[in-house]
Amino acid sequence: MAARLASIIPAKGSNLRTGLLALVLALAMLGLGFAAVPLYRIFCQVTGYGGTTQRASAETAGAVKVAAGSISVRFDANVDRGMPWKFAPEQTTQTMRIGARKMAYFKAENLSNKSITGVASFNVEPELAGKYFNKVQCFCFSRQTLRPGQSIDMPVIYYVDPKILDDPETRDIEQITLSYTFHIAADDPSKALDRAGPAR
Amino acid sequence: MATTAEHFQAHADDHHADHDHKPAFFARWFMSTNHKDIGTLYLIFAIFAGLIGGAISGIMRLELAHPGIQYLGAVAQFLDGGKPVDMNGALHLWNVLITAHGLIMVFFLVMPAIIGGFGNWFVPIMIGAPDMAFPRMNNISFWLTVAGFCSLMISAFVPGDAGGNGAGIGWTAYAPLSTYGSNGPATDFAIFALHLAGAASIMGAINFITTIFNMRAPGMTLHRMPLFVWSVLVTAFLLLLALPVLAAAITMLITDRNFGTTFFDPSGGGDPVLFQHLFWFFGHPEVYIMILPAFGIISQIVSTFSKKPVFGYLGMAYAMVAIGVVGFIVWAHHMYTTGMSVNTKLYFTLATMVIAVPTGIKIFSWIATMWGGSIEFKSPMVWAIGFIFLFVVGGVTGVYLANGGIDDVVHDSYFVVAHFHYVLSLGAVTALFAGFYYWFPKMSGRWHSEALSYLHFAVFFVGVNMIFFPQHFLGLNGMPRRYPDYAPAFEKWNTLSTDGYFVMSISVLIWIVNIIYAFTMGKKAEGNYWGEGATTLEWTLSSPPPFHQFETVPVIEDDGHH
Repeated sequence: MAARLASIIPAKGSNLRTGLLALVLALAMLGLGFAAVPLYRIFCQVTGYGGTTQRASAETAGAVKVAAGSISVRFDANVDRGMPWKFAPEQTTQTMRIGARKMAYFKAENLSNKSITGVASFNVEPELAGKYFNKVQCFCFSRQTLRPGQSIDMPVIYYVDPKILDDPETRDIEQITLSYTFHIAADDPSKALDRAGPAR
Repeated sequence: MATTAEHFQAHADDHHADHDHKPAFFARWFMSTNHKDIGTLYLIFAIFAGLIGGAISGIMRLELAHPGIQYLGAVAQFLDGGKPVDMNGALHLWNVLITAHGLIMVFFLVMPAIIGGFGNWFVPIMIGAPDMAFPRMNNISFWLTVAGFCSLMISAFVPGDAGGNGAGIGWTAYAPLSTYGSNGPATDFAIFALHLAGAASIMGAINFITTIFNMRAPGMTLHRMPLFVWSVLVTAFLLLLALPVLAAAITMLITDRNFGTTFFDPSGGGDPVLFQHLFWFFGHPEVYIMILPAFGIISQIVSTFSKKPVFGYLGMAYAMVAIGVVGFIVWAHHMYTTGMSVNTKLYFTLATMVIAVPTGIKIFSWIATMWGGSIEFKSPMVWAIGFIFLFVVGGVTGVYLANGGIDDVVHDSYFVVAHFHYVLSLGAVTALFAGFYYWFPKMSGRWHSEALSYLHFAVFFVGVNMIFFPQHFLGLNGMPRRYPDYAPAFEKWNTLSTDGYFVMSISVLIWIVNIIYAFTMGKKAEGNYWGEGATTLEWTLSSPPPFHQFETVPVIEDDGHH
């Protein structure tokens, strides 16, 4: 078997062998291009790059020691262009001790006469705080479906990790802005209509 | 570079009459496997595509000569077969024009001319090889490039978005503009054009790498190769590593557009910024893909007409390797305004500025090559010195733009347009003309007119500087790029810039006259028409070289310096 395999492999130094090696290199880069999709997601989650927030379990959150300082969080809510929802935070800011859990509410209302499923994208500003901003519970963890005219209050339970005080880049941060944008879910029927645009 | 020019000369001159069995016309030009013929095809194709891309920039400069929308509506109506077009359609045409201009100039002018044209013609000859390693794949590369160009042209005549025909996505094809922002099939055709051109270039890169690694003549070690060959080798590796990433990114665009995936759509968990990362991971090496072979050409010319070997040969070769390597880790300097942390900007600023070091090595080595040389100001040398000047201007604004803080102010302004046209339009294209006048008699066997070549240079130099220098001022004053209209305060410099376009286009006419002159009245060129400074292997052959070169395999001996 090994001998047969060896007979298929082009001879060392032959043009075919060099060409195939170069081809393998190109194919590897092609694979890396596609692999970038999950790798980029993992990179953002691990490093908080781009203000990606962290997710913590209730047990982890309960074990966090509350630090001396306090920090305030400002809330921002948007909907994607063409999405017939009203979406707004129910409080502008909240101030809490660093490490303490806090609950904030957002209100979403479906203004259309169709049932629409939405997904929320999110991040925090300053981006460096993403690594330390933990959500224990969030409406953004799952999809939200609103019937025509339905309105709901959606909670977020979060805390700011006291490690933010140990990081020289972030310890002076006094306020973090938590931002959400609702999009019509990719597989929602009204998505296609929204994206089709006006007819020519 | 030590070669033994004299004892090949006699040999090359007398054998081409008997042994040059060229195939008949159709087989020779449509089924070509000869590297010189494919190189010629690439050059003809690049000139054709370049004239179209240049005409498109003419429409754009005409529109920008004065504030308001003057010509776009009429052009859109003409392209749409005479149907009246509303303002939306006129503005959409602008996006189509900037997209087509960018894609044509990058993928169908500079790359085919400098790599496919000069690379195919001279890399095998310079290393003493009879042809490329995979001649049939070479043929496929060329015709795929042509197919890609056709796909791009078709895209201009099929529906783009609600505004009208054509793909208005910019050469960068950013999502979501290129996904759900442009519904019609035009964008699919434009993206498919990139697939084809990309596949062609990857095959070309495999061909060059194999040729350069495996087919060098005895004694032609890597460290004795002419710098043009080095430049193409580094470029081939950049193509091999960068283009597949573009292929992956634009394939994801296609599936996002047509098959319901959400790689770049947040409504399904994707991220549009990821497209920018992938695009510029390709896009930044791409700018070196366009300029490194230009560096190679300039090195050959400066050495030839200074009658000296290139100063610091190894430093020159490895400076190109260094530019290629560092070029892969600076991509996000195109994305400073996507919301980056200060530390990320700091890294990309620093890494980008590091590239100025090997680039500086090249500039200073060219000057040191000229220093103390017996300089002859033949037309290629004049163009080469013009290149060095223009490239330095573009390089300086590049160092300026590398700063994340400054980029926040001038991002997407005409300052950026001026910068990249100085390094590419003025830099790479000037090097293309330098290489053209350097090798044209070698390729055709006929002399161009040196007088017309000087005139071409003078008019071109004045024209391009008139076009692009004022754009620095426009950008610093806040004129954004990618718009067909602007505030009246910007009018004066824009009018001058448009005037410059007309000066530049006169220079193109002079060049065409020069080519016609060469083919009708041009004197026959001898084998080594530049004389003692021209030491690489192409000068040991007749002009044009025999259909199959190196009847006797050249042997390269080290003469102690390069």
